[in-house]
Amino acid sequence: MINNSDFKICFSVMTVLTILVGLFQSWGIALSMLNLCLISAVMAMGVNIQWGLAGLINFGVMGFLAIGGLATILVSVPPVPEAWSAGGLGILISGLFLVAIVFSVLIINKKIPNHKYKNYFIFFIIILSIPLLKFIAGPSISKIESINAATSGFLGGANLPIIFSWFVGAILCALVAFVVGKVCLGLRSDYLAISTLLVSGIIITIVKHEEWLSRGVKNVIGLKRPVPYEVDLQNSEWFIKLVEFFNSSRLSNILDPDEKISLLNQLVITSSGVFVKLCFSLIFLVVVITILYFSEKALNSPWGRMMRAIRDNEEAAKAMGKNVVKQHLFIFMLGSAIIGFAGAMLVTYDGLFTPSSYQPLRYTFLIWVMVLLGGTGNNYGAILGGFVVWFIWIQSAPFALLVINIFTNHLDETNYIKEHLLNSVPYFRYLMMGLGLLLVMRYRPKGLLPEKIIKN
Amino acid sequence: MDFLNSIILLTNFIIVPGITYGSQLALGAIGVTLIYGVLRFANFAYGDLMAFGTMIVILVTWFLQSKGITFGLLPTALLALPVGILLTIVVSLFFDKTVFEYYRNKKSDPVTFIVVSLGIMFVLNAVVRIIIGPNDINFMDGHKFIMKAREFKKMTGLNEGLALKSTQVITLITTIITCSILFYFLNKTKTGKSMRAYSNNEDLALLSGIDPKKIVLLTWIIVSILATVAGTLYGLDKSFKPFTYFNNLLPIFAATIVGGIGNPLGAFYGGFLIAFSEIGLTYAYKKFFKYIMPEGLEPSTLIQFISTDYKFAISFAILIVVLIFRPNGIFKGKVI
Repeated sequence: MINNSDFKICFSVMTVLTILVGLFQSWGIALSMLNLCLISAVMAMGVNIQWGLAGLINFGVMGFLAIGGLATILVSVPPVPEAWSAGGLGILISGLFLVAIVFSVLIINKKIPNHKYKNYFIFFIIILSIPLLKFIAGPSISKIESINAATSGFLGGANLPIIFSWFVGAILCALVAFVVGKVCLGLRSDYLAISTLLVSGIIITIVKHEEWLSRGVKNVIGLKRPVPYEVDLQNSEWFIKLVEFFNSSRLSNILDPDEKISLLNQLVITSSGVFVKLCFSLIFLVVVITILYFSEKALNSPWGRMMRAIRDNEEAAKAMGKNVVKQHLFIFMLGSAIIGFAGAMLVTYDGLFTPSSYQPLRYTFLIWVMVLLGGTGNNYGAILGGFVVWFIWIQSAPFALLVINIFTNHLDETNYIKEHLLNSVPYFRYLMMGLGLLLVMRYRPKGLLPEKIIKN
Repeated sequence: MDFLNSIILLTNFIIVPGITYGSQLALGAIGVTLIYGVLRFANFAYGDLMAFGTMIVILVTWFLQSKGITFGLLPTALLALPVGILLTIVVSLFFDKTVFEYYRNKKSDPVTFIVVSLGIMFVLNAVVRIIIGPNDINFMDGHKFIMKAREFKKMTGLNEGLALKSTQVITLITTIITCSILFYFLNKTKTGKSMRAYSNNEDLALLSGIDPKKIVLLTWIIVSILATVAGTLYGLDKSFKPFTYFNNLLPIFAATIVGGIGNPLGAFYGGFLIAFSEIGLTYAYKKFFKYIMPEGLEPSTLIQFISTDYKFAISFAILIVVLIFRPNGIFKGKVI
């Protein structure tokens, strides 16, 4: 893996970008950029598995990310006993009802031979179940939401370490992807794109409006962390010693003891933030490398070759006896699970879950730009895309500010156009993304690191 | 009397808003379907094209208003519409020349077109937000109501009022005019027929001497007109916000596919189908049943099929049902 030239390119771009930002801006910014780049890389690998390996267009990335985020709440938040006693039973019953409906539909679909009215019957069951479900769950939902509406108003979670939620998020996403895939995967490419986009819209609406589950637009803040808190670090002996050790030359130059202590305090505060981010970076790096390792293994295995064969010529693969439908469903679930994993990582890193922040442009299409820009079908390409695109996304606002300032230097501060342009600086990142995507599609249609097929 | 009241209630809350929203969706969906039929790809930049056209209309409206020019009882935006349409056509043709033409000549697969249209979506999104900002803008002026609910109650002596906003009537009239011209053009004129022929079978159309460049040019012009008109009508009726325009892409796509992708008449009906199901299924019928049910049998719940939060889910559900039962759409797709 290390001898691979793509790996070298990826790694050096990653390091150079981080060091550049660290030197010119600050190490805190550099590390938080690195962390988000790593998360983006995981998302991009998830999409790359679906699109690059199997040629499935999934425009529902946003929805799977939100499910991953929801998993962090369900796993890590302490449960709300009052809410459980008030409406827990009703929710459980309606959950069982929902499961029963899904199973009965599946059984009917499988057991009853192709009758003319079978589909109509299934449709009828689903239509009937919606008002019934509302009737069963309605009272308990309003009870749960009325308990401490300002601070909780939801069921809470399982109070487990948040790291579990990453796996739970992946499993949940795979389950949802199974249902979505069963319905949508038979569709042609453009229909699939549109319907997955619609599905993600629905998932976001559910997360936003089912307040008993996720607190909805009221957000969940102060989630647990897999790494230490800054405050604890600042009060722990070993951390202060560590900071003292690293800055010993700087501290020894100062003779006045009071000044020395105040400088040390300041250093401890800034480096505690950096340390926390560094811990996150390490965990994320382990995740990225693990997923990369397994995807590379898979890509070069007989299974990966079969997937590529299906992607490049579905008919031929079918003729060779490969079960295309089954493999598509499997890879759709796998890719969605990785996206869900990344979604849980993102929420863990942010420490809060805000359903209203999920927008398709940022959470679906940006990830797609990463994959397309980096290189379709190449895992290193996806990682590189994650890094480069996130870097541009973050740095284009300061860059636009600079350019605007250069061009409007001769105008005075109160000039209408100048003020307007300065206010719209954040939107220049969309422009950069669009132009970048168009240029790459035109001049390097296979992305920056094109797919390499090893022939043995 | 109760029966009349119940009818008025439904008209006020379902039929009138449904027709308005349906017209806006229908205009949008015809645009998407034309692009699909002639250029053969799903254009994800369409919502932002609508936003762009509307933005130009708003800017011209502001300019006219600052000069003291208004359109009397009608909104000034209608005066600004031609300028908006013209600039949108320019922008569409610019993107076609710089971006789409290259892939068309290369005969790229539909997925490449979708990806490229995503790039244009990003660019247009940025342009609209940089020029006019991401906030809600209300640019409706002129006479707001044709009939207010209170006036209607006084006039008829009924309990229920029927409000008629002027934007609703404008939307309906504009849609009727636009669609009749469009369908006349597609079905009766020679150019329209050649467009349909091109959409139906490209090779055969080329053999019969139809100029593909002319057809593409014409399609973009028609699509830009439809996008600007639909966007402006939606903005007048509700308000202008770039993000809403992007979101409207979803019901528009649903309407297009439901009606049979590539089929303008289908898209027209699809728009109304989506609009009426969205409004009809999220409306709480409690009051309606109060009027028509005998006393003592009134419902205690809202009688709402699904809460208004799930409007999107309805367009998706219809889409799935249609795709399972009639994969080519309710009306046969792929033919203009």
